Amino acid sequence: MERTEAGDAVILRTEAVSRRFGNFVAVRRVTAEFRRRALTSIIGPNGAGKTTYFNLLSGALRPSQGRIILERRDITGTPQQRLVRLGIARSYQITSLFPQLSALENVRVALQALTRSRYNFWTPRARLAGLAERAAELLELTGLYHRRHRPAAALAHGEQRALEIAVALAGAPRLLLLDEPTAGMSPEETREMMRLIVGLAERHTVILVEHKMKLVMGISARVMVLHHGELVAEGTPEEIRRDRLVRRVYLGQREH
Amino acid sequence: MDLIGATAVARGWRLWEPIARHRALAVMLFIAVLPWVTPYQALATNILIYGLFAAGFNLLYGYLGLLSFGHAALFGGGAYACGIAIVRFGLPWYAGLALGTLGGMAISLLIGALATRTRGIYFAMITLAFAQSLYYLAYQAQGWTGGENGLRGVNVRRVELFFLPLDFTDPVARYWLMAALVGLALLALSRILNSPLGAVIEAVRENEARARACGYDVAATRLMTFVLSGGFAGLAGALQALELSTVSIETLDYATSGLVVMMTLLGGAGTFFGPFVGAAVFALIQDVFSLWTVHWQLLAGAIFMLFVLFLPRGIWGYLLEWSEQRQATQSS
Repeated sequence: MERTEAGDAVILRTEAVSRRFGNFVAVRRVTAEFRRRALTSIIGPNGAGKTTYFNLLSGALRPSQGRIILERRDITGTPQQRLVRLGIARSYQITSLFPQLSALENVRVALQALTRSRYNFWTPRARLAGLAERAAELLELTGLYHRRHRPAAALAHGEQRALEIAVALAGAPRLLLLDEPTAGMSPEETREMMRLIVGLAERHTVILVEHKMKLVMGISARVMVLHHGELVAEGTPEEIRRDRLVRRVYLGQREH
Repeated sequence: MDLIGATAVARGWRLWEPIARHRALAVMLFIAVLPWVTPYQALATNILIYGLFAAGFNLLYGYLGLLSFGHAALFGGGAYACGIAIVRFGLPWYAGLALGTLGGMAISLLIGALATRTRGIYFAMITLAFAQSLYYLAYQAQGWTGGENGLRGVNVRRVELFFLPLDFTDPVARYWLMAALVGLALLALSRILNSPLGAVIEAVRENEARARACGYDVAATRLMTFVLSGGFAGLAGALQALELSTVSIETLDYATSGLVVMMTLLGGAGTFFGPFVGAAVFALIQDVFSLWTVHWQLLAGAIFMLFVLFLPRGIWGYLLEWSEQRQATQSS
C-alpha cells in the first residue's frame, strides 16, 4: 500500500458537496480537505451555510450531491450514531446535556456507551473499570474537575459548554466538530473556551464553526470561508487576511 | 426527582447518605415494623404487595419517564399466571411466583414491543388499550380464569422453606414470608438502578437526543425497562393471588392501573421509598375513610388532587427536597 504524504495528513474530505432545501441551495459544491491534528475553522457571515455544512460533516444531514470521505471510507449518508462509533463527535450550538445528572455522570454515561457492558443491569456501575477515573480526567482537562458533583443544570453557561466538549471527547473521537462553542458567552468565558480549544487541537483534529472571525484567526492552522453556500477562500489565516475576495465579502462589511 | 437512589446525583447530604446507600435494607426495615403500626395484619400485607407493584411501576415512570396506564395487565397477568399454575396445573407455590414474575415480563414484552416505539400520551393509550384487551380476554376465557367470578382456590397451606415447614394459613408466618420475598425483589431493583443500565435509564429520561448521540438505543432501553418493570408488577400480582387465595377480574381492571399511578405520585415518583410511602398512605386513607363512608374514594380522589396541586413531588419527594434545602442552608 502506497500512501502519499498529503493523503495521510488528510483525515476528512468533501467532494463537491451540495445541500438543497427545496429551491434554496444552502451549500453549493464545496470541495475541501481537513488536516489531521490541526484546528480548521469554518467562518462566514450569517446565512453563509456554515451550520448546514457542519451538519453534513457530522451526519445530521444528508448531502443532496457529492461525497464525504473519512480517511479512505465513503461516509456519505451514514447515520449519526454510526459516525459516533467511527470517531466523529460533535457539540451542539444549543447546550444538550443530562441536566439532573452530575457533571461527572454526564461524562461517565458517555464513556459507558462505548463499553460492552453498557446495558448490563446487574453489575454495580462503579465496577466498570476505569470509567469514573477517565471521566474525572476529562473534567480535569476541560477545567471542570472542581465542579464534578454539581448537576449539569447548576453549572454556568460557559461551564456547560465545556462539559459538552468533555462529553464529546469521551468517545475518543478522531475528529471533533464544534459548532459555535462560544455562542452566548461572556468575554471571560470566551477566552477560557478558546484556550481549551487550542489545547485540544494539539492532540485532536478539531473543526470549528465560528461566526466571529477575529476569534479564530489567531489560533487556526487553516481557515475556510463560506459565502452564500460556496467556499470562497481556503488557506492559512495569513492568506485569508490578504485575500481580496474575503476582504470584500466578509471583512468589507465591517469597514463600511 | 430521584434523590434517594441517585448515585448519579451526588449531593453529599449526611443525613440521607446511609439510607441512600442501603436503600433496600431501609425499606425492609420499614416492612418489618409495618405489621406493628398498622391496625391489622391484612393491611400490612396489602401495603407490601401494592408497594412492590408501585415500585415496579416507578422504575418505568419515575426513572425512565414513561407513563403507563396499563400496568394492571402486568399485575393481573402475574396474578393469573400464578393462580392458573397452582389451580389448573397443581404446581407448587414457588413455581406460581416464578411464573407470575415471568408472566408479567412476557406480557410487558408483548405490549412493549409495540408501545415503546411511542411516548407520552400515545404510550399511555397503547398500554391502556392492551390492558383492556387482556381484561376482556380473561373475562371470556372462563375455563381458565373463572371469568367474572374470578379464579378461586389458589390455596397454599404449607410452605417448605429449606426443609423448614411454614404454616401458610397463619397470617403472621405468611406476612414474613412475603416480606422476605418483597425484600429480595427490592434488592434486585436497587441493583438494577445501580447498574450501567440504571444509568442509561436516567440518561434517557434526562435527554433522549443526547442519549442517542452518545450511541444508546433509546427504544431498546425503553423495552428493557418495561420488561423489568413488568417482572416486579407480575411478582406483586402473584403474591396477591397467594395472599387472597383467589384472583379477581378486578386485578386487570383499569382502576388498578390508575391506583398504581396514584400511589406512586402520592409517595414520590423517581424515589426509591416513594412507592411504599404512597401505598401505605393510600391504604390508610382507604382504611380510615371507608369506616365513615362508602364514598371513601371521593375523599381519596380529593386528597390526591390536593397532592398533585400542592406537593407535586409526593410525600417522600417533598421530604427529600426539604432536607436537601436544610443541608444547603446549613453548609453555606
